[in-house]
Amino acid sequence: MANSTTLDKKRLALLEKLSQAMGVSGEEGEIRNIILEEIRPLGVDFKIDALGNLLVLKKGTGKIRHKVMLAAHMDEIGFMIAADDGEGLFRFEINGGIDVRQLPGKAVIVGKDHIPGVIGARPIHLTSSSERKDKIPLNSLRIDVGPGSNKIKRGDRATFATHFQRVGPSIIGKALDDRLGVAVLIELLKQPYPDIDLQVAFTVQEETGLRGARVAAFSFKPDLAFVVDSTPAYDLPSWDDEENISYNCHLGAGPAIYISDGATLSDPRLIRLLVNTAEKEGFSYQFRQPGGGGTDAGSIHKQGSGIPSVSISIPGRYAHTAVGMARISDFNDTIFLLKATLQSIPPDFLAQERK
Amino acid sequence: MIKTLIQKLTETYSPSGYENDIRQVIRAEIESLVDDIRVDALGNLIARKGSNGKNGKRIMLAGHMDEIGLITTHIDPNGFIRFSGIGGIYPHTLYSGRVRFLNGVTGVIGCERIIDINKTLPVGHLFIDVGATNTRDCPIKIGEVAAFDRPFFDMGKRLVGKAMDDRIGCAVMIEALRTLKDSPHDIYFVFTTQEEVGLRGAVTSAYGIDPEIGISLDVTATGDTPKARKMDVSLGQGPAIKIKDGGMLSDVRVVDWMIHTAQKGRIPFQREVLEGGTTDATAIQLTRSGVPAGCISIPCRYIHSPSEMVDTDDVINATKLLVALLSNPISLK
Repeated sequence: MANSTTLDKKRLALLEKLSQAMGVSGEEGEIRNIILEEIRPLGVDFKIDALGNLLVLKKGTGKIRHKVMLAAHMDEIGFMIAADDGEGLFRFEINGGIDVRQLPGKAVIVGKDHIPGVIGARPIHLTSSSERKDKIPLNSLRIDVGPGSNKIKRGDRATFATHFQRVGPSIIGKALDDRLGVAVLIELLKQPYPDIDLQVAFTVQEETGLRGARVAAFSFKPDLAFVVDSTPAYDLPSWDDEENISYNCHLGAGPAIYISDGATLSDPRLIRLLVNTAEKEGFSYQFRQPGGGGTDAGSIHKQGSGIPSVSISIPGRYAHTAVGMARISDFNDTIFLLKATLQSIPPDFLAQERK
Repeated sequence: MIKTLIQKLTETYSPSGYENDIRQVIRAEIESLVDDIRVDALGNLIARKGSNGKNGKRIMLAGHMDEIGLITTHIDPNGFIRFSGIGGIYPHTLYSGRVRFLNGVTGVIGCERIIDINKTLPVGHLFIDVGATNTRDCPIKIGEVAAFDRPFFDMGKRLVGKAMDDRIGCAVMIEALRTLKDSPHDIYFVFTTQEEVGLRGAVTSAYGIDPEIGISLDVTATGDTPKARKMDVSLGQGPAIKIKDGGMLSDVRVVDWMIHTAQKGRIPFQREVLEGGTTDATAIQLTRSGVPAGCISIPCRYIHSPSEMVDTDDVINATKLLVALLSNPISLK
C-alpha cells in the first residue's frame, strides 16, 4: 500500500486536470469527459442520464450482493453571464453558494473556450477610504474580457481561473469541492469488489440543491449509499487565543465522517461500519462537527422507500472561494478507508434495524 | 390508562435519527393488535391493520416518534461539551435545563457569562456540563445525542411533559388501534422518524405505502396564553382539524369529511389555521402522483420546550374522532 502522503504523477495530473476544468452546475460535460477517459479502459458499464449524471455499474461475482451506491458531484460553484454591457463587459449571476465579497479582483474563464477575463474593481488610487468600507454588491460587478471577443453569449457559464499546484503535502486549486471526491471514485472503480454491485454516480447540480443525486438514486435503487464530498475546514489558529470550537474539521486528520448535517442524519450502522473499518485497519479518520450544510446524501436517503446513507469528506480550507487547499494524505486516506469498507460489508449488514 | 401510556411515551428518549428506543416501546404496545408490522430503511415503524374490502381505502396515519434534541460538536480540555440542535431548539428553553444522553449520561446546560440579562445568548454560547473534568474523563464523544430530561407531570385535566410533540399523536394512534372494532379499510399506522428535521421519515414511508388518503396526528400551537400570537385554537376545546399550515393546504374533501364526522358523532373540534410549522401530512400529500391529505392536531402549549402541555379531553376526543373516521366507508367529495 502506498504511503498516505505520496501521490504519483498520474494521480496528480488527474487532480490537476479535474481542478482546472470547468463544470459549473448544469454544464458538467467537461468533467464528465475527463472521467469517461479514465473509466473507459476499465471495461465497466456506464450511461449518462437525462440530467447528465454519469452512472457507472461495476457488478460483483458473489452470490449475495448488496447494491452499494457511491456518489460525488461533478459540478462546481461559478457564474452565469446575464447581460452584455458592450466593450467586453458582462453582468453575471452567481451559481451556488458564493460570498460576493470574495469576487473583486479575481481572474475567471468564460464559456466552452475558457476565454480569460477578470472580475474588475476600481483600484485603491481611485476610491475614497469611506467607499472602501462597504462591500461591492453583485450588481456593481462585471466580468471584463476586453473588447474584441464576440463569442460570449448570455447564459454562458464562468468560473475562477485558478492554477492548480502541489505544495509539499498540500494541494491548492479551485473546485476541490468536489473534484477530490470525483477522483476518489475513479480510484475506487479500479479496485475489485466481488461481494457487492458497485453503483457509482458522478452527479450534476449538487451546488444548486442536490438535484442530480436525487434522480441518480432513483435509477440505481441501491440498498445503501456513501457520498464522497469535500467539507470546509476552519482549523486556523484563532486570533484572540480563545479555543476554536467551530473548526468543522481539520486538515490532515483524515477523512471526515458525517453524523449529522443540515440535510441528513447519517445511518448509524454505516457510521459504525466506517469507524470500525478505520480502527481495524489503523486508518485515520475524524468526525465532521454536527451542524449545517448538506451533501448529495440529503436527497439520496429520502429516495424511494428510503436508502441508508452516510457522507465522508476530504477536508478543504477556503471552500467556495477562488482557491482552496487540501492535504494529499486526507485524499489518500479517504480512498484507503472506502476501499477497505466496500470490501468488507457483511452479507447480513442490513438485517439489523436502524439503530 | 392513556395517561400511563403518555407517561411511558414521553419519558422515552429518542431524538430524530435515533428512534430505536421509542420504536421498541411502541412496538410492544401494538404488536398484538395489528396484522403485520415492519421497519423500513429509515427506521419508520409501519403497522398494518385491516384488509382492502370493496368499500375500503388504503389509509396512512402518521404520528412522529422522534423528538427535538441536542448533538455534541466539541469537547474542551476541561470537559465542557459544545452542541448544536437536532430540530428546532431555542436557547431560552435550554439554559439551566437538564439533558440525558442516549447512553444514560445526564448533564446540565450552562452558559458563558451573560453581560446583558435582557438578551438571550445563541446556542453557540451554551455548553453541557456532565461533571467531567477533562476531555479524557468526559463520558461523551463528538456526535452523541441527548434529549431534554424532564419527567411527565399529571395535573389532572392538563398533562405536561417533554416530547408531547409528538408522542401525543403516537398515543392517539395507539389508543385508536385499541378501540377500533371494525373497519372496511386497509390502515397503515406509521410511527415516523426524523419529522423534526424535515418530515424525512414520512417521505419514504409514504412512498412505500402509496396511500389513497393520508392523515397526520401532531400537535398544533394555541393562542390561549397571555400575549400569545393570535390564533383561534385553545386547549380543551377539542382536537383541531387542520385547514392550512406553513407547508400544506389540507385537501378540502378531507377537511369536510373530518368536520362532518365530528359533527355527526358530537365530538368537539376546532378549525385550525396555523401560520408557521407543518406536519408529516405535507410530505404524504406530495408523494408519487399526490395524495389527499389532512391532519388532526392536538392543541399544545409551549411547543419545543421541555414542558409541553396538552389537555386530556382533547386527547380523548382526538382518539374518538380518529376512530369514527376509520370506522365507516369513505367517499371524498
